[in-house]
Amino acid sequence: MPRAFTPKVVTANALLEGDVVYLTADDTWTRHLHEAELLTDEAHAQVRLVDASARVDEVVGVYLADMKPTDHGPEPTHFREDFRRTGPSNRNHGKQAEVA
Amino acid sequence: MYRYNDFDAAFVAERNRQFRAQVERRIDGSLTEDEFKPLRLMNGLYLQLHAYMLRVAVPYGTLNSAQMRQLAYIAERWDKGYGHFTTRQNIQYNWPKLRDIPDILDALAEVEMHALQTSGNTIRNVTADHFAGAAKDEIADPRPVAELLRQWSTDHPEFQFLPRKFKIAVTGSPNDRAVTAAHDIGIRIVERDGEIGYQVLVGGGLGRTPMIGKVINDFVSQEDLLPYVEAIVSVWNLLGRRDNKYKARIKITVHEHGIDEIRAMVDERYGELRSAFTGVDQQLFGAIKEAFAPPKFADKPLDAYQQAYDSDPVFRAWADANLWDHVAPGYAIAQISLKAHGATPGDASAEQMRVMADLAEQYGHDELRVSHEQNIVLPHVHKADLPAIHATLKQHGLATSNIGKISDIIACPGMDYCALATARSIPIAQEIATRFDELKIENEIGDLKVKISGCINACGHHHVGHIGILGLDRAGVENYQITLGGDHTEKTSLGERTGPGFGAEEIVPAIETVVQAYLDNRESADEAFIDTYRRVGMAPFKEALYGEQTSKRSRAA
Repeated sequence: MPRAFTPKVVTANALLEGDVVYLTADDTWTRHLHEAELLTDEAHAQVRLVDASARVDEVVGVYLADMKPTDHGPEPTHFREDFRRTGPSNRNHGKQAEVA
Repeated sequence: MYRYNDFDAAFVAERNRQFRAQVERRIDGSLTEDEFKPLRLMNGLYLQLHAYMLRVAVPYGTLNSAQMRQLAYIAERWDKGYGHFTTRQNIQYNWPKLRDIPDILDALAEVEMHALQTSGNTIRNVTADHFAGAAKDEIADPRPVAELLRQWSTDHPEFQFLPRKFKIAVTGSPNDRAVTAAHDIGIRIVERDGEIGYQVLVGGGLGRTPMIGKVINDFVSQEDLLPYVEAIVSVWNLLGRRDNKYKARIKITVHEHGIDEIRAMVDERYGELRSAFTGVDQQLFGAIKEAFAPPKFADKPLDAYQQAYDSDPVFRAWADANLWDHVAPGYAIAQISLKAHGATPGDASAEQMRVMADLAEQYGHDELRVSHEQNIVLPHVHKADLPAIHATLKQHGLATSNIGKISDIIACPGMDYCALATARSIPIAQEIATRFDELKIENEIGDLKVKISGCINACGHHHVGHIGILGLDRAGVENYQITLGGDHTEKTSLGERTGPGFGAEEIVPAIETVVQAYLDNRESADEAFIDTYRRVGMAPFKEALYGEQTSKRSRAA
């Protein structure tokens, strides 16, 4: 049996600000993970990745990050993505500060 | 200290002008990221986890007060009001925006600073003993030769596309405070029959494959040093493994070919290129040396110092831990700890930077140093001024008296900032420092170097920590391996792994266990951790760490 596909989001860093962004279903970049499009189909995810990677004047380092679906949108499965959507743990900077 | 001449100023200005245009072309879409990345790296600009990061070179760790103030200004104007001093004696800004970088670089140039060759496969910022020109045990100031190497290596046409990065460190003292044996080239100033020369080590490095540098030449004379170093880099430039990033550093080249074969090749190459060095470099060196002439030291009574030392226990504790012997009578080298318990190792706020700059200007012959241990040094202060200096430091959270103690931890940025990291380092350092401060046994423990890296690349020097901690990703969970017995001094040794790693919740108790095992095993309070470890070996520590765990498990069962 083929391994089940882990859902993903397309993520990158914004070219000008350098901060973490996620691709939404309507092809915009959002700073908030819960607004990201959760990709549950592998082939579709690859297409979204290729399209997003072509947007070189908006973002840098596009990749697919593993997520799990929850009631409040995609949630990271790995601590690295958790830090990326939050900010550093030693200072209240980055996304956690923007939310507050 | 060295001041830019017209050539230096024009060169940096031209490079900044070029990079400003490159940034514009990246933003307007003329350059792709693939094209832009090597250009930004040449100028010290990284893209990290949450933002860009600009790494600014502090050559051989030396700053004057105007430079430190400008670093504070940059932190406030374009970043989040602080900077992070690193194990490479540099400063990193964690939050700059791409559009602002050209302005930041221009602001740096105003005070004769830059971010050139702080990244990429080039010869990086040359580091040196942070007590250079001040230490009592010094044979000669290592900074003139470090500056000569900086000028030689900057934009060196043969060495802009090396197999990998290349790091050179220089010590002028037999007590090696520059970790020279862990660098691609380590240079140690030595004296032979009254002549000053250089012992040259090659092939040291930490990272994935840690190696201790090997002596390639016991004595290279002053006039032969530059051609000799050029011959080493030139030989490696051809031999280095460009096919495999992980085998490209010179430590692997030396390991694969053997030091004798490398030495023979370097000698041959040296023979070819020696005649190209006609003595211009020596004229330059002479001028550089003059720029590093020691300041005019004052002669003042020491009564104020002695009185404060005798009557103020807080000052006394600080003086005992943070001062070092100075070459001039009545003077001391004062270390300013950037390791307040619970704070991020190496971080300084803009306000703190200004305070340190003011102290350097008022009391310290306008000199500051960045140590690879992520502290700031006032290299030339008269002891009579120390009570006033200490009082000011205290008001700004800079008077922690813990230099060389368990809370004076080197920690890389780790996964809180770094895109390469596999785990966090900073919170572990914060927790260890906080815990041992609570226990109030820091002074009882004495000298103990804890060094933490958040990945195998070892920016936190964990291999040479008395206690080294390496953060890894074990199946999606942060996991920390402990090594014991590393040594960063002239007796360089690599730590040995204790065994399986510990989770983020377990690592601080594990360090406590290691320290308790040391306290239980030491012969007396005078026996430092590293000496106890060398005497008793790994066994008692292992037993304390894992024996206990096993018995816990069996109790639970």
